[in-house]
Order: sequence, then C-alpha cells, then structure tokens
Amino acid sequence: MAQKVAIVGTGQTDHKSHRPDVTGQEMIREAVDRALEDCGITIRDIDAIVIGNMDHFESINYVDNWSIEGSGGFMKPIMKVTTGGTTGASVAIAAYYHVASGMFDRVLAIGWEKNSESDTTGAIITCSDPIWDRFSYSGAIPSLATEATAYMKQYGATQEDAARVAVRDRNNALNNPHAHLQRPITLEDVMSSPMLAHPIKLLDVCPRTDGACAVVFAADGEAQRLAKKPAWIHASAVRHTYSWFGDSTDYDAGLVSLARASQEAYKKAGITDPSRELDVAELYLPYTYAGIKWIEDLKFCGRGEGAKFVREGNTNMDGMIPVNPSGGVISTNCIGATALLRVAEASIQVMGKGGKRQLPKVNKALATGFGGCFWSDVMILGAERS
Amino acid sequence: MDNIAIVGVAQTKYAERKKDKTCADLVFDVTRAAMEDAGLALEDVDNVVTVSNDFIDGRTISSMAVGDAAGAHDKNISTVEGDGAFGALYGAMRTLGGFGTTLVVAHAKGSEGDVKFITNGMFEPIYQRLLGLESISSSALQARMYMDRYGLTEEDFARVSVKNHANGKNNPYAHLQLDVTVDDVMNSEKLADPLKKLDCSPVSDGAAAIIIANESHISKAKTKPVWVRGMAHCSDAYLLGDRDLAVPQSLAAASKKAYTMAGINDPMKSIDLVELYDAFSYMEPMWLEGMGFCEAGKGATLLDQGVTAMSGALPVNPSGGVLSSHAMLVAGLARIIESVLQLRGEAGQRQVENAKTALAHGINGACGQAHCVWILGNQKK
Amino acid sequence: MTTERDYDKLLTVALDKAMPYDWSIGLHGSMFFQEIRENQRFVGIRCPQCKKVYVPPRRVCGPCYTEMDELVPLSDTGTLRAFSVVNYPFIDPNTGGQRPVPYTYGYIQMDGADNIFSHIINETDVSKIEVGMRLKAVFKPKEKMQGHITDIIHFDIIS
Repeated sequence: MAQKVAIVGTGQTDHKSHRPDVTGQEMIREAVDRALEDCGITIRDIDAIVIGNMDHFESINYVDNWSIEGSGGFMKPIMKVTTGGTTGASVAIAAYYHVASGMFDRVLAIGWEKNSESDTTGAIITCSDPIWDRFSYSGAIPSLATEATAYMKQYGATQEDAARVAVRDRNNALNNPHAHLQRPITLEDVMSSPMLAHPIKLLDVCPRTDGACAVVFAADGEAQRLAKKPAWIHASAVRHTYSWFGDSTDYDAGLVSLARASQEAYKKAGITDPSRELDVAELYLPYTYAGIKWIEDLKFCGRGEGAKFVREGNTNMDGMIPVNPSGGVISTNCIGATALLRVAEASIQVMGKGGKRQLPKVNKALATGFGGCFWSDVMILGAERS
Repeated sequence: MDNIAIVGVAQTKYAERKKDKTCADLVFDVTRAAMEDAGLALEDVDNVVTVSNDFIDGRTISSMAVGDAAGAHDKNISTVEGDGAFGALYGAMRTLGGFGTTLVVAHAKGSEGDVKFITNGMFEPIYQRLLGLESISSSALQARMYMDRYGLTEEDFARVSVKNHANGKNNPYAHLQLDVTVDDVMNSEKLADPLKKLDCSPVSDGAAAIIIANESHISKAKTKPVWVRGMAHCSDAYLLGDRDLAVPQSLAAASKKAYTMAGINDPMKSIDLVELYDAFSYMEPMWLEGMGFCEAGKGATLLDQGVTAMSGALPVNPSGGVLSSHAMLVAGLARIIESVLQLRGEAGQRQVENAKTALAHGINGACGQAHCVWILGNQKK
Repeated sequence: MTTERDYDKLLTVALDKAMPYDWSIGLHGSMFFQEIRENQRFVGIRCPQCKKVYVPPRRVCGPCYTEMDELVPLSDTGTLRAFSVVNYPFIDPNTGGQRPVPYTYGYIQMDGADNIFSHIINETDVSKIEVGMRLKAVFKPKEKMQGHITDIIHFDIIS
C-alpha cells in the first residue's frame, strides 16, 4: 500500500537570464533554503533528496554528487533523475515515490539549470540522435514550428490566437515576484516580434533562464504537522511515447503523450470533466501554440476549439480554468527546474500561498511537464487528503 | 511496508566493443530476456525505469534512445542517471509506492566515448577539472591514502585482483577471463601510482535488466522470488579534499541502515556472500570495512585469511566483480543480478553453496562518494 | 545582493573543447548507409505486426514491441510534410562553430515509408516551399561516401 504524500513547502530563486554572482551549487542553495523556511524545517529534517537537470547545459557529470553543498545532501541519500524537459516533473514524481514507498518521511525535490553557462540551442541539439538527426536538427523551435503549422492548417487557428497565450502568461507573470520576464506585453508586441521559424516569433517562445526550484514532500501525518494546508498528491502519470523524432510527427493525433498521461491521471484522481473540476492548471507551455492546442489533449475543450476557448477568456485568472497564474514557461524557463516549478506553483495555489497570483478557491490543481521527444508528465494535486 | 522481490534478471555478456549493437539493441536484448526469465509478458510490466548517462552516451536526454527498446512506449517511465543499483532502488520505491511490477534496465557502451573525458566531467570545473583528475588518478589518490593510513602494500591489492580474476573465469558473462598471478599484477603497466593496469577494471560494453514485483503481483512470475530485505543509499561530501578518502563513511551509514531494515545485527554472521563494486582492487577491502565486515584497516586481512575466497565464510565477488567486467552504470545492477542468481541457486560454476542472504552494492561519483547497499534473501523475512 | 559595480568583478571559466565519441550505427543503420552507397536508394524496415515501414531502419517497433527484420527497398524520393527555415544563430555541436544560417530543416516522408526522415532542403526562400512538395535526395559521389548522414547532401524540390 502506498503511503499518502503531500507537498508542504516550496522555494524558488528570483529567476534571471544570468546569475554570474553564484555558482550552480549556491543557486540551488537559495531555492533549498526558501523551501525549508516555507515549511519551517531545517536540512537536518530532510531524509532524502532527488535532483535533476540536463548534464550538457552546464557540462557537469554526476550532478547529484556535485550538488551536495547546495542541495544539503551531505551524508544523506541522494539520487539524480533526468528526462529532458520533463525532468522537473520526473523529479517531483520520484520524490513522491520516495515517500509513498514508506522509506522516507520528508524528501526534497530539486530542479535547476544555469542556461547562461552554455549555448542552449547547441546543448539541445545534442539530444537528437547523433547518427541520424544531429546534422540537420536545429533545436526545439523548428519541431515546434512544424507542429504549429500543422495545427493552424487543420483548424484554421491564427498567429493572433497563439499570441493571446503569450499576452495572458506574460501579464500573469507581473503578479509573480520570482518570474524572469516582468514586462507587460500586448498582442501587437507579440505579432511584431522577430520571426524565428515560421510561424513562431520571438515572443511566442520561452526565454532561457538561470534558476532553481525546491519542493518538500512529506508523508501522511508529518504533512499535516508541517503545513496548515498541505497539497496532497492525487495522481501522477507519465508517457514518454516516442524514441525517434520521425515517429512523433502525426500532429493530427494531437500531443499523444499528454492525452494518454492526463487520461490516466484523471482516472486515478476521479476527474471526469477537467475544465470544471480543476481549479487551476500550471502547464508546461514552451511556446504559445501549445497553449491553444495542448489544452485540447488535456480535454479542457474539444478538438479544434482551443483558440476559441482561450479567446473567450476561459483560461484567464477569472475564467473557468485559470492557466499559469505564475506566468508559466513563457515567462520563466530554467529547464531542469521548469516542470518542477509547475508542480510547485500548483501546490502554492492549493496551499493558498500565491500572494498576488493566488486564486480565490483552489481545491484541485494540475501540473504538467513537457520535453524530450514530445513527452509529457502530469501531476494532480488537491486540498483533500487523498 | 509491503514486501517486494526480484522476479526476473538478465544481462549481456560484457565485452570491449559491441559494434554490432546500438544502445537500444542492447536494452532490447536484456529487456526481453528479463521478461522471459520471469515468465512475464510486456503487459504484465506496468512501469519502467531506465538508467543512462548523458556523458557516457554523448547525448543529452540519453534515455530518449532506449524508451522503445525498453517496452515503454505506452507505460509510465522515468530515468535515473547514476549507477544501476540506484536505478533499481528507485524501481523498488515505485514497486512499494503503488506500481505492481517494475522493469529496471541499464546500458553503457564505454567503447563509444572517452572514459577519461567522461569521468573528468565529474570534477569541479573551476578549480579541479583542469588539473586532469579523472577516475583512475583520483582513485590512485584514494588508494595511496588508504595504504598510508593502515600500512597496506600494493601486494595486498594485487591479491584482490588475482582472486577476482580467478572467479571471473567461472562467469560466462565476464569481459575479462584471465589467469593472473600477484607478479602479473605487480608487473603490469603502472597507470597512476600505486595503481597498475591489473588493479583497474576494464571498460566494457553491456546492459542488464531486472524486474521487481510487489508481493501482490508476484504469483504471475515463474521464478523463485528473491526478496528485497533491505536497501539504503547515502552520499559523502563532493570535493575530495573535504572527505577522509580512507574511510568510506557514507558506505558505513548506508550499510547500517540497510542492515536495520533487514533485521541484521551481525553482517558477518547473517550474510552469505557479497557482490561489491570493485572498480579498482583496493576498493574491495575498503568497502568491506565500510560494510562492517571487519574493523577499519583489516579488509585485506579477510582476504589473507581466506574469508573472502569462494571456499571462505564470506565469498566476495564470486562473479569476478567489476574488475572482470565494468560496463559503467550497469555494474551495480549486475551486482544485484549476480546476487539473485546466487540466491536462486542458478550461478553455475560460480555458485556459493547454501547462499540464503546476499549483499549487493553500487557506487556513484568519484572514489565512492555515494553508495547504495542492497540486502537480498531467498526467504521473505 | 550583487550591485552593478560588483558585476564587473565576477569571473567565469570557459570550456570550448568538444568531447570525442565513436557511436555504433548498428546492424540496420549500417545496411542503410551501404544501400545508399551501392544503389543510391533508401531502405526501410517493416513491422511484421502493424506493417508500418520505418526509415531509417531499426530493430524495434515501439508501439508493437516487435523485432523487425524485413528490409524494404525504397526510392530516393519523398514528400515534404513540414519544414522550417532556420534563421537564428547557434553553436553546432557537430563542429563547435556557428552553423551557417539560413538553412531549411525538413520532415520528409519517403515514398513507401510511414514515418518521417529528417534532412535539409535545398531552398531557403519560404515563398518557394510548401508542405506536400515532392523531393529527391542528392547524394555525394560514391567514392566520397563514408557511411555518414552527409552522404546525402540535401533534398532538391522536384515539383
């Protein structure tokens, strides 16, 4: 029998494009200190640690071993979990299983990246197959551009439809003191920003950020002691459906991994009508088109209705299912931390600690991760012990 | 806490260069073989943990190459970067925390990258990496410190190499199958004083897989279950200069915790054999000390007294150990697999008689910074 | 917190050396490159269960988890399924230097194959490229081929 698990504390750095004032370990330490402070414990209370990032972004091998001074892992159990863009969610899920197994009561999950320390696109390219794809591959943007083009052609969505997602997330970020990009933008700003790879423009995509996130998971009993309102883990599910870029290109089928993972998670959490039953969603949307397309795979609305759903305000702070009160990935993207930030922000909403970005009543929250070969990780959190 | 058991195992033969197989091919081979061993079909496995390293594979998100091959197309999956014993540990947590049956699979092709570059990448990039520290030179420092502390000699370590290479000749999966004498070790090429070539493990290509099942799902498997009685992991400090390299304190902590979980008071009495991570000959006696089989500095004495021989009270590395086959990441999982084969009584020529309880061990980082200890048994508790 | 004045005093250490690798192409991939060299045509592999043809050929059909061994000769032509003209500068990990831009990254469905093959399209004017266009592979001279993805120079648009 799995032990019940809740998130009781979160911490994150004040995200920036470049943090030359700290080493990676020092940056991690900032997030860890804040997470421990958030639930009123010290590093001595932590039983085990899970950490993740992408090796070649900083060129550090065995990051779990390297991190010790920052993560607080001296003479503690620590392991590294890494799955590309989904890393942060994989770390959260691993921390969940550390506690659910009954082996540990208080576990620290850490995601981090110092994107400023390498050429991000150059590093991302090394995720493509060295024999077949690396020669022509040019990073995440063109594969996302091909997905966007196919979607626009199929459902008649426009560049303005996608731009609304950037406007929503970037303006939400103004309420989040930790967010990297904190300048308000308009639809015209997005539309007139430089074209990177048709139809994706500069303001349609996430920035590259230096930052770290830490989250404390606790066992039933301990969780109620450490948090007034713990965020209970109701479900998690993962699909890393494809191994080859060339197999993942049936865009008419939607984001298959997200559809399958979310269906499994909804079933586990007893959710049948997600846009009504969920109170908030922190989605890993690395670019704006995902904000209209992938919400269809999450069953927030029907196939081809994503643009309309967003245009009608359903995903705004006062809408049916507010998406990304934190400002999302479009505002902050420290890759190994990005999906963990989604989990942290979802739990912040459940715990009622969101400050200016807090929604009035959050009973159930969804967090997602995206990365790799069009992969998805999903976690559902709730106020009820479950 | 539920009971869990290992119900399927598979490994490739380890070799210098498997040019005919990609990483995915190796993973496919051992995944299928582990399921066959367990008598389970792919639909009986409800989740997967892969183990890989981006530096070794020369690929960011190295796990992307092997998802299909591990049968994970439509399954829950995650990836541990580190030794396979740690990957198996996460697999065990998942099997305790809600999943029924977990496949853990690790691969490495040391032949494809430059191991010196790869292990140099473990070291601190600002102060240490440019000094050229990598796995062999850092281990040489540790060996020297260990010798100096306890008055040990290079011959003490050479005898470990002789024992384990002799054992390796009984293991059809072993990469090196060598007849080695103490003189051979002493006269082999000096790589980094005091370590000579035959004190060091080879660099191997290979893969391994295990299937862990919750007791609730165990009846489907056809094998005799090998129960997970205890497991624990722990990390020491990062910078070598911050550690006492002659005393593996993180191993001592992990062992103690694993023994407590398994209800073991006297490991020497309760444990029938050990499969440990001897990347270098000096590591075997040092790890035995950390595991509490003897006092500090007395690890080599165990060998001299014949305790760790095949015929001794505590055979250590009947498989030939990591000195005989070292596919990085895979090696810790292989220690678990070898222990399982022993406890099932299926270890062939390397079988330890009446083996009931075994200790399997993996390490992460430079000079055994982090350790993972498993206690396995063919009786539930 | 760091002030503007402190900022100039902060140092970094650079590493710009590429790490060497020697990746195995494997049995199926090796046959693909041999077919390119001998007959200047593609070869795929068919799943015995779902009948999908994959190019480049590999051993496992992921969705069916079946071992494949039926190689299928294909031609050197295909259809453009998606493309992107890449304009932004970045470090090419293959060379360590800047990759020359613009260039066009293409998703190509080879005739007779069910999945996508990625390569470069020999056209960078967006107005002259459309999804659905017919493409033909341009190969290096046989004597210069070395069993590498660049044995295929690029794809020309043929209609």
